Amino acid sequence: MRQDHLITATQLSRDDIEAVLDRAREVADDPDAYADRHAGRVLALCFFEPSTRTRMSFDSAAKRLGIDTIDMGDVDSSSVSKGESLTDTVRVIEGYADALVLRHPSEGAATLAAEHVSVPVVNAGDGAGQHPSQTLLDLHTIRENHGLDDLTIGIMGDLKYGRTVHSLAAALTEFDVNQHFISPESLRLPRSVRFDLHETGAQIREHEELDPVLEELDVLYVTRIQKERFPDENEYHRVAGEYRIDAETLEAASDDLTVMHPLPRVDEIAPDVDETDHATYFEQAHNGVPVRMALLDTLLENAEAAEGMEVGR
Amino acid sequence: MSEHELRVSKIRDGTVIDHVEGGQALNVLAILGIDGSEGFGVSVGMNVPSDRLGRKDIVKVEERELSQSEVDVLSLIAPEATINIVRDFEVVEKNRVTRPDSVTGVLSCPNRNCITNADEPVDTRFDVVADGVRCDYCSTILRADIADHIDV
Repeated sequence: MRQDHLITATQLSRDDIEAVLDRAREVADDPDAYADRHAGRVLALCFFEPSTRTRMSFDSAAKRLGIDTIDMGDVDSSSVSKGESLTDTVRVIEGYADALVLRHPSEGAATLAAEHVSVPVVNAGDGAGQHPSQTLLDLHTIRENHGLDDLTIGIMGDLKYGRTVHSLAAALTEFDVNQHFISPESLRLPRSVRFDLHETGAQIREHEELDPVLEELDVLYVTRIQKERFPDENEYHRVAGEYRIDAETLEAASDDLTVMHPLPRVDEIAPDVDETDHATYFEQAHNGVPVRMALLDTLLENAEAAEGMEVGR
Repeated sequence: MSEHELRVSKIRDGTVIDHVEGGQALNVLAILGIDGSEGFGVSVGMNVPSDRLGRKDIVKVEERELSQSEVDVLSLIAPEATINIVRDFEVVEKNRVTRPDSVTGVLSCPNRNCITNADEPVDTRFDVVADGVRCDYCSTILRADIADHIDV
């Protein structure tokens, strides 16, 4: 991967993705070979909205590479609560760290941050925009279970605001994948994501129900439908109930179906699915560590190579 | 247009923006950042008859020649416009507008959750795509309603 930052999945070519996933596989196979590889480096975790998995898996990934982490802490206890702009915040933190991981509630925040700092920036979620490091671990999980070509994938739930969906759909266009999108009418893919998919000539189909396509799926990627997206709570419960799966739902699916979810789930996947061979979401979450190790390793390596070029100039 | 219908007098030096879609003249002035306070003579004709467009607007700005980048941005709301540079009452240059690759600092993003609408020191930047423009920050696409988001 020849990138300085990771901002959006649309920036990633097939080669970029495969390079990181190959490295993730190496990391998973022999983590000791990567221990202390970046000793003395510092990673800043800048989370302007809550996170558990992403924050902790970046923290864990960094530490397993020998990188120290510094955490901005909660927004309420930081200078952001005094009204400091994102631009100023990242310009200051750049001086403390060799790379930044940024989560922010506004779309485009990571793009803006990357324009103002010279260290690598990883977008760990920008509003309803993108979440490309999640996509890399999703792709790693799919690859380890099925490979990444000649696949049929269903993506179900909140497709409008789901940033993991937007990034995954874009990255899948680099592979030979049929994509089915299953959601209520009000939560269909946004125009900008649809535009990118059409630009690549991707084969996509949209549905309001899972049943007609379930049987042909190799992977079902479920996302949470959030209550706050609905003005009426009754409407939320009605819609959310229609997109809930349980072990009985999956009886109609292929035996090899892999069920994924970026987590946290609320009740869109019933606990009885956990006991089936389809359930892959905990494996998926654990893959966050080797994939983020591979990503940080790659970005720091690229930054070091760029520094070397500047010194030699 | 016949002399009988001519509602706005000729200018000596400056720019005439002709064949602007009816109703867009004030947006043209907004894009150019002209609000009258600069002291230029400005004449605006709105919804005048046009063979090509049916109805058109015309904007005449005295003592000011438009730069290429200003002309390019006009293409987003007035794709049929012609730009006439006038010197000593004569049209010395006549150009059609061409679509730019991107526009910076002219449009506001319609996505309220875009970082460009937060309190950040940032100019908006839109890529020009097939049938509209697209925010470089949040990817939101603007199509028919571009004129509603002119923010200059």
